[in-house]
Amino acid sequence: MSGMTFTFDGRPIAAESGQSVAAALWAAGIQSWRRTRQGDEPRGLFCGIGVCFDCLVVINGTSGRRACLVEAHDGDVVERA
Amino acid sequence: MADVVVVGAGMVGASCAYYLSRAGLDVTVVDRGPVAGGTTGAGEGNLLVSDKLPGPELDLMLVSLARWAELDADVGGFEFTPKGGLVVSSSSLESLVAAHRAVGVTATVVDPGEYEPELVSGRHGAFYPQDAQVQPALAAARLLHAAGIKVQHAEVSSLAVQSDRVVGVRTRDGVIAAEHVVNAGGVWAGELSQAFGAAIPVSPRRGFVLVTEPLPPIIRHKVYAAEYLDNVASGDAELQSSAVVEGTPSGTILIGASRERVGFDPRVPREVLRRLAAQAVELFPVLAGVHTLRVYRGFRPYSADHVPIIGPDPRRPGLYHACGHEGAGIGLAPATGELITAAVTGGTPPVDPTPYAPVRFAA
Amino acid sequence: MIRYDVAVVGGGPAGLAAAAAASGDARAVVVDAGSRLGGQFWRHRAGAEPPALWRLRSSADHLPDAPVWFAEPVDPVDPAESAESAESSTGFRLHTPAGVVTADRIVLATGAHDRSVPFPGWTLPGVVTVGAAQALLKAHGVLIGRRVAVAGAGPFLLAVAAGLATAGAEVVGVFEAGYLRGYAKHPRALGPAKLAEGARYAAVLARQRVPYRRGHTVTAAHGTDALEAITVTGRGRERRLDVDALAISYGFTPQVELAIALGCDTHLDRDGSLVVTVDDDQRTSIKGVYAAGEITGVGGADLAQLEGRIAGRAAAGKVPDPAPRRQRAKARRFARAMHDVHRRPSWIEHLADDTLICRCEEVPYAEVREAVELGATDTRAVKLLCRAGMGWCQGRICGPAVAELTAHLNGRPPTRDDQAAFANRAIAQPTTLGDLAGP
Repeated sequence: MSGMTFTFDGRPIAAESGQSVAAALWAAGIQSWRRTRQGDEPRGLFCGIGVCFDCLVVINGTSGRRACLVEAHDGDVVERA
Repeated sequence: MADVVVVGAGMVGASCAYYLSRAGLDVTVVDRGPVAGGTTGAGEGNLLVSDKLPGPELDLMLVSLARWAELDADVGGFEFTPKGGLVVSSSSLESLVAAHRAVGVTATVVDPGEYEPELVSGRHGAFYPQDAQVQPALAAARLLHAAGIKVQHAEVSSLAVQSDRVVGVRTRDGVIAAEHVVNAGGVWAGELSQAFGAAIPVSPRRGFVLVTEPLPPIIRHKVYAAEYLDNVASGDAELQSSAVVEGTPSGTILIGASRERVGFDPRVPREVLRRLAAQAVELFPVLAGVHTLRVYRGFRPYSADHVPIIGPDPRRPGLYHACGHEGAGIGLAPATGELITAAVTGGTPPVDPTPYAPVRFAA
Repeated sequence: MIRYDVAVVGGGPAGLAAAAAASGDARAVVVDAGSRLGGQFWRHRAGAEPPALWRLRSSADHLPDAPVWFAEPVDPVDPAESAESAESSTGFRLHTPAGVVTADRIVLATGAHDRSVPFPGWTLPGVVTVGAAQALLKAHGVLIGRRVAVAGAGPFLLAVAAGLATAGAEVVGVFEAGYLRGYAKHPRALGPAKLAEGARYAAVLARQRVPYRRGHTVTAAHGTDALEAITVTGRGRERRLDVDALAISYGFTPQVELAIALGCDTHLDRDGSLVVTVDDDQRTSIKGVYAAGEITGVGGADLAQLEGRIAGRAAAGKVPDPAPRRQRAKARRFARAMHDVHRRPSWIEHLADDTLICRCEEVPYAEVREAVELGATDTRAVKLLCRAGMGWCQGRICGPAVAELTAHLNGRPPTRDDQAAFANRAIAQPTTLGDLAGP
C-alpha cells in the first residue's frame, strides 16, 4: 500500500491508499472531529458505514462529507465541521 | 355533558378549544389521530400578512397576529419568531406596498440585498416586519395543554341530533354529548360536513416542502417570490410553484411552495422536487451546494372561494364550522378561535363575521 | 442511455446473487452505494476481494458510488385512479449521483445497518457499532481500540469479537443480552454449517481467553471527551470495566426507504423490524419491484443470497428453480430461531432524563417523554413535537428506538405505522439542491 498525507486542522495525517478519512484519523489517535450544535459534545465515528452522519467533516472546503465513506487523498485539507 | 365538542386536534381546533375554555366553557376535543396529525404537522407555521391582499383574510390575519404575540407570552414554548417577511420580484413592488399600507399593514420598499446578503442581485424587494413563524405542531399541543384538554381519540361518524338541535357527535364508541359542535376537521372538514348533513366545499390542495441540513443562519427572514401571491390566489388544479425560502430556529432551511389539486394522492413527483429546488437556487445561489435531508407533503384545506369558512351553520343549529383556511390556517387560527367563541357565547366578535359565515354555502 | 431489463439496487450478498441469477438472458446492472462490491458483509480492502465475490461475478454492469436518492416509476399512474393501470408497470427510474438508471424491473437489495439502543453515554467517541469496528478493520486495516468490549444481541457479536481479538485487540468481554438457551429448541433450524461457524468463533475467543457473558448488557458508558469505561449489568450485578472502545449491535435495521417510496407493502417482522412484504418469487406488492435480503427480514448472508437468486430469476422472467426455495425455507427457520434467541434486552429502564435518544438533533429522553405528555400518541407526532429523527440521519439510528419508546410511554406495543414514520424518506439520501434541480 502506498502512503500519503492529508492535513486535519493543519496537522499532517498519514493514510494508506484506499483508506477512509475516518480510518486514517482513528489510526492517528483522533476519535472526534466534530462538536454538536446544541450540547457542544464531541462526535466522531459511530456507524462506520455512512448511515448515522455523526462523522461529518469538511473536506477541501466542502461541508457535510461523511469521513467514514470518503477515501483520503494525498494533500486533502480536512477540517472540523 | 360538555358545552362544546371540537372535532379536530389541529391548530384551528386547538385554538377554538383554547378560546372556548378561556370563556369558561367545558370543551372536549376529539380526533381520530394524534394532536397536529394532519395539515398542522405538515406545514411551516407561517403567520403572514404579506401574502394576503386587502380583504377578509387579511383582516382576520391582522387580529390573529396580535393574538399570537399574546399567546407567546401567556402559553409560549412553540418557537414564535417574528422574523419578518421579504417579498422579492423582478418588477417593482411599489403598488403592492401601497395597497398594504392603505389597510394598516407595515410594509416598506427596500433593497432586498441589505436584508438577505446571499440573495441574487437585481431584485426589487418589500419588507414586512409583522410576518412571523411558529412551530405549528408544538403550538397546537401547547394550546391544548394550557387549556387542560386531553384529546379524546375516536373517529366521528355523524352528528347526534334531537328534535333538530345538535346534542353531540357519534363515534364508534358512542355519543360524545355536547350542546355545540365545532367542525375543525381541517382537510377532512368537507367530508365531515357531508356526514353532518351540512355540506361545505373544502378539498385538499397538495403541497411539498424541502428541508435542508441544519446550517448556521444564512437566510434570516421568510423570503418569497411575488409570484407566490398569484399561486395562492389561483384556483387552478394544475401544479403551481414559486420560491419560498426561510431559515428556522433549528437551523434547517425550509423551501416551498407548490400547490396542486390532486385529491389525497400521496406520491412525491420528481418534477415538484426539481422545481422547488431550482426556484430556491435561483433566488439563493449559495443553496446549490446545500443538502436536502427530506421532503414532506401536506394537504391544505382549500375552500372553494378562498375565504375560510367560520361560524354557525344555519342548517344545523348548534353546528359551527372552523375550516377552509388553505395554507393560512396556522396564522389565522387565533382569530378563528375567537370568532367561534363569540358565536357560541353570543360575545363580541374580533372582526365582522359576515365574510366568513358558512351561510354562503348553505343554499 | 441504456434501458436495462433488470436493475439491482445494492451490491451485497442478495444483490450480487440477484444480478448473477438475472444476467445472461436479461440485461442487468448492479447499482451500488459503495465504491467496491460486496456490501457490508463482504467489505474488503482494495484489491483483496473475498472468494465469495468471485463466485457471484456475472455479466451484469456495475454502477459504483451510486446511492439511489430517488426512485420513481417511469410513467407514474395514480394507484387510486385505476386498478388496471396499477397492474401494468412502465419501468422505473433510479436517480443517483452517478447518473439516472432506467430499468423495466428492479430488485431492491438495500440491506441493513446495525441497530443500536440508547443508553447513558452512548454518544461518547469510542462507542461505535460492531459494523463500524468491522468496517474499520476489514476495509481499512485499523483497530477500533486496544481494550475493547463487544456488546448487544446476535450471532454477529462473536464474529466481530473473534476478528478484533485475532487482529490484536484485547477484548475484555463479549456481552450478549440473550441467554441463548433457546438454540437447543431449534436444532433443525441451526444445522451443521451454522453450528460449525459458531464453534469456530467460540474457539478463537477461548484461545484468546475472551469471556463470553450471556444475559449481560452494557447499561452505561463513561468518559468526558472519549470513552473510558463501561458499566455491564447482568445476573443481578453491575461491574465497571475500563475500555477505550465499545462495539454494540442489537440486531439490524433493514433499509426499506426505497421500497416504501415506491409504495411497496411492509409489515413488522418477528424482531420488530419494518420489512418489505414479498411473495414466493420475492415480488413486492408493486408490479415490477422485487426485494431480497435483509429488507424482507433480517436473516444473514446465506438467506440473502438465496432470496437474491430467486428474485433475480423471477425479475428476468426465467423459470423458477426449486432448489433455492427449499434452502430458503430452511434459512428462514434459522432466522426465526435467531430472532427468538437473541432478544433485545429491555433498555428503557436504563435511560436517564438527559440520555440522548436522537443523536443528530440531540433530543434527550425527557423531551421525548414531554412530547408524549403533550399528546403525541404516535411516533410521527413525537417526531413533530420534539424533533427526534429530524436530523441528518433522518431517524435511521434513533427511529426504531423512538418508535418503541413512543409505544411504551403510551402503554401499547409498537405498530407498523410507528416504525414506518421514520422509514418514509422519499429523498432516500441527503442530496444537494443543485442535484435536486438537475435532470
